[in-house]
Amino acid sequence: MPLMYPLVFAAFLFSAGVYGVLARRNAVMVLMSIELMLNAVNVNLVAFNAYLRDELVSGQVFALFVIAVAAAEVGIGLAIVLLIFRNRETVNIDEVDLLRW
Amino acid sequence: MHPLAQATTQPLPLPEVDWRAIAPELALAVAGVVLLLVVAFWPRAGRGVLAGLTLAGLAAAAALTVWNWDLERVAFEGAVSLDGITRYARAVLLAVGALATLMVAQGDSREGEPDDSPPEVFPLLLFALLGMVLLAAASDLLVVFIALEILSLSLYVMAGETRRLAAQEAAMKYFLLGAFSSAFLLYGIALCYGATGSTNLLEIADATGDPTADGTLLLAGVGLLAVGFLFKVSAVPFHMWTPDVYQGTPTPVAAFMAAATKVAGFAVFLRVFAGALGGLVVSWRPVIAGAAVLTMLVGAALAVVQTDLKRMLAYSSISHAGYLLVGVAAAATVPAGVSASMFYLLTYAFMVMGAFMVVQYVSRLGPPDDDAIGERSSLEDYRGLARRHPWAAGLLAVFMLALTGIPPLSGFWAKYYVFLAGIEAGLTWLVVVAVISSVISAFFYLRVLVVAYLQEPVGDPGAETAPGRTPALGVALGLAGLLTVAIGLAPEALIAAARSAERILG
Amino acid sequence: MLFGQRLRALAGWIATLAVAAAFVVALAAFFELLSHPGEERTQILRGYEWFTSGDLRVAFDLRWDPLSALMALVVTGVSSLIHLYSIGYMEHDERRETFFSWLNLFVASMLVLVLAQNFLVMFLGWEGVGLCSYLLVGFWFNRRLLVVNPLGRLVEGEPDDTREVWAPPAAKKAFLANRIGDVGFLLAMFLIFATTGSLDFDVVFGEAGALAAGTATAIALLLFLACTGKSAQFPLYVWLPDAMAGPTPVSALIHAATMVTAGVFLVARTHTIFEASGTAQTVVLLVGAGTALLAALIAIGQDDIKKILAYSTVSQLGYMFIGVALGPIGYAAGMLHLVTHAFFKAQLFLGAGSVMHGNDDDTDIKHFGGLRSAMPITFWTTMAAWAAIVGVPFTSGFYSKDQVLAAAFEHGGIGLLAWAIGVFTAGLTAFYMSRYVFLTFFGERRWPEGRHPHESPPVMTVPLIVLAVLALVAGFALTTFTGEGGRFQAFLEPVLGAPEEHESLAAAAGLSAAATGLAAVGAIVAWLLYVRPFDWLALRRRWAGAWRPLAEKLYVDQVYEFFTVNLGGALAAFLARNVDQRGIDGAVNGVAELVGSSARSGRRLQSGLVRSYALGVLGGAVLIVAFLVFRP
Repeated sequence: MPLMYPLVFAAFLFSAGVYGVLARRNAVMVLMSIELMLNAVNVNLVAFNAYLRDELVSGQVFALFVIAVAAAEVGIGLAIVLLIFRNRETVNIDEVDLLRW
Repeated sequence: MHPLAQATTQPLPLPEVDWRAIAPELALAVAGVVLLLVVAFWPRAGRGVLAGLTLAGLAAAAALTVWNWDLERVAFEGAVSLDGITRYARAVLLAVGALATLMVAQGDSREGEPDDSPPEVFPLLLFALLGMVLLAAASDLLVVFIALEILSLSLYVMAGETRRLAAQEAAMKYFLLGAFSSAFLLYGIALCYGATGSTNLLEIADATGDPTADGTLLLAGVGLLAVGFLFKVSAVPFHMWTPDVYQGTPTPVAAFMAAATKVAGFAVFLRVFAGALGGLVVSWRPVIAGAAVLTMLVGAALAVVQTDLKRMLAYSSISHAGYLLVGVAAAATVPAGVSASMFYLLTYAFMVMGAFMVVQYVSRLGPPDDDAIGERSSLEDYRGLARRHPWAAGLLAVFMLALTGIPPLSGFWAKYYVFLAGIEAGLTWLVVVAVISSVISAFFYLRVLVVAYLQEPVGDPGAETAPGRTPALGVALGLAGLLTVAIGLAPEALIAAARSAERILG
Repeated sequence: MLFGQRLRALAGWIATLAVAAAFVVALAAFFELLSHPGEERTQILRGYEWFTSGDLRVAFDLRWDPLSALMALVVTGVSSLIHLYSIGYMEHDERRETFFSWLNLFVASMLVLVLAQNFLVMFLGWEGVGLCSYLLVGFWFNRRLLVVNPLGRLVEGEPDDTREVWAPPAAKKAFLANRIGDVGFLLAMFLIFATTGSLDFDVVFGEAGALAAGTATAIALLLFLACTGKSAQFPLYVWLPDAMAGPTPVSALIHAATMVTAGVFLVARTHTIFEASGTAQTVVLLVGAGTALLAALIAIGQDDIKKILAYSTVSQLGYMFIGVALGPIGYAAGMLHLVTHAFFKAQLFLGAGSVMHGNDDDTDIKHFGGLRSAMPITFWTTMAAWAAIVGVPFTSGFYSKDQVLAAAFEHGGIGLLAWAIGVFTAGLTAFYMSRYVFLTFFGERRWPEGRHPHESPPVMTVPLIVLAVLALVAGFALTTFTGEGGRFQAFLEPVLGAPEEHESLAAAAGLSAAATGLAAVGAIVAWLLYVRPFDWLALRRRWAGAWRPLAEKLYVDQVYEFFTVNLGGALAAFLARNVDQRGIDGAVNGVAELVGSSARSGRRLQSGLVRSYALGVLGGAVLIVAFLVFRP
């Protein structure tokens, strides 16, 4: 399989994530879109690892770290969204705009 | 012989663990865990106790930093490197951490303040510092990523941990945008890995000189790395989170973010761009220089129209990031760029922390207002400050003049060296823009002084409550003011120390 | 509390004594300097080492040589008198202790500026005086000050004046013009360090001759840009007339006698750099001559007594720049004019302050007339200063202006043009200054009913008398005691160099006669118009077409305003539809407005919405990656 396939797939996945962040108003959906972006990078890392025949398997190790960090990030993200929801009863990020200009 | 038996007789190729190299980081981690346990199992521990423990942890880390001062090596198979940048950044970050601890500890004196962070803020502060110190020492993109996430995750929580709506909103904005931009950074890391076959900065540096490496992939990766770092140091156009977050978060946390994140962010920026990617300087210099121009001018211009001091300081920190980017742009070809930037970070950290300390002091002057969405930091609150609180106003004047870059305060030397490095690197046009921007910036810094010194206080000054006893904040203010003046009067030793940071290992 | 009140009352006296003590010290050091032979009169006090690093050594070194001694004496001497005067002038101001502390800070900064031994310490003083000037111009930030209507009617009973708060925008304008100049100073400093590797005066001046012509020109012109800001020369002079919003002693001290002459001092101090570049000298000469003429013309059309004096200051500064642009033959003349101007212009401002003090803070010349008998001391001392600035023979201004013009004539070439402009401007000067004193002190009484003009207290009149005496005798004392060329020139020679030859006495007398004659014509025309019973307002109305441009400051401010505000505003309006253009005045505010209005539109991007911020991140990322990947 040429390297190009996973790379293009990852690029599409990343773009879908970016689109989700920009288009979604629900904070939880935005969080999920960010997860999508991180997973796109994971695909990249693993694909490069295989292509380079890296003896240190740094790509795969990196991907594992990314997965772990992503889990932590989601945990904190959901906590913050929950906090906002408790105080304002909304998870629409367009309504969170007290601070501006 | 059975292959398994043969294998068992051979020594395992275990990686060498160089405990000494990361001793300060270990101290911070241990102190953080200890404090977490204390907070969990001894909920009635006073802020003074927690602050004392935090300071003890910082002191231990500082002692270990001093112990390691002359150590120059690459440890953990090239994952961590100990060089001038590392030790300089460690020293500055630990000092900033100590000042931030004092600011956070101040919460004690007025009960029921909605601005006070809960006790968990102390361990989080230590973890954030751990991430920052590690970031400055990281010489592998994996460590860069991990360290960046440690510091970011800690800061997201610290930002939102009060009852104020503004703080929670700031946390959410910071979190969403931070995660978004770190995905870009990660994509950049992946592309660099694909193009060079390694995540290690030393090997990437070798590969950039190799013409067979995939140029396009590498350049795209470099661009995305730049995005990630530019976001962390709040450069234009990745700056928009900064004003909202600095305005919304509790003032001690904002001060910590403004000072420490910049130090760590620029340390890694210098190491990756001026060090590992130095071979590609012709490609990335226009990007950094362009970002520097935008950052300086947009930051200064938008600061002019602000009416909230915290928000103005955020824009000011953006324009200062622009001056630092001039140093980064120069650093790849001129070693003085590295030392000038490191010295700038040192002076800037104390000036900006001092300014935020005055904000914290003034925010306590009025009666506690639980319903306000944020802390009081409007410029209106500073009218006639000189009459009511001459010491606070005097210190405010020192910090504002230092931020403007008026000699003999420390800020002048910082600008002077960075500009000189820029000229030496042939970036004269960039320095001209920087001088113009610093002229614009004088406007808003001095406007604060005009408000504090020339305008009459609004309302009845008698109705104002006393700020309460503020011993910790007083000590912190005194230290920051003293450092700002002293560095301005005798910058020599610190410049010499920064000079030793010019050689980048890996 | 009681003690605090008493201390507040004493603040003025304490400040005055401090400055007077500085004057005594300077005087003692000056006589010590005189005890050395001429060529050994440069003493460098190696001060506290600021820091050394690599090849850059910066220390608080101070320089005590004839030039800095002269400046230090003038600064401390005039400051002492003005401090004393301020005790009376600011008596009823509730923030007088603040005023005196800033005034003292100003004197300290000015001394740092003139005593510096390297560019960095000088810059420290340069910034310091700018900051104090900014603070003091804005001192009456909420006081409603008189806005003089140049085409208003003559008062019959009620004054038709309006009062507005104009100190804050004036302070802003002064600040901005000075910052533009400071850019020049900073860039010059960087350039100097980049080419000579040092900022120390001795090292830099030692290498100035070896500089490439282009570099020398660049450095000199950048330094001169700083001078045009600080010393109010074209094109940055517009801030000085507005700076009259500050208290009158400030106008006398900062905006007439000392700070605004810092630019002249800078050119004299760095004269070796200017000598290395003929182009720069020509530019200084032309700007100086042009400003002298322009400001004198505008001064004719002003009705606000402080603005007349402000434009007069701008014009006289032009003379000083003509002097220092001429090379060794003109340096001493330019510096002499600086000294004499400090005396007579300080007196004129303090006299104007005394007039205001006795007339309910009125500044409209149309509301005075015949004050001669009501304020005799103010009148006679002002007449002495008038004689000096007009150039009545044997007063101080006569000598200094004469020397500047003679040097310009002798310089030849472009100097002849400057000479011609200078002589003509001398006539204009005589006219507008005579108009000033005639309309104020002579003729019929035009002040409104119910006003009782009165003489100021002794604490104010004593400085007036001292300055008036100095204005009369300083020129004679400094030049003629020791004959041709004079003691003054010989004193400065070790620093500024000696001119090649002295011109003949006969030619000098002829040149003096030309300037004095033209001045006499100006004064006589003013007498015919303003002292004789004559309806000059009717004349003004009939010739409104000619009068109006002068009253409107030759439209320079409006032109600036057009270019910076209208064009900038159009640009900003294109970005954001509603641009707030209220309260804009003059060019310099326009620049601020341009920054402000574009910032306000830029601010709209900061919508507070996370998603738009994310869009910014994405846009930046796409731009950067596209640039790196697709760059040719």
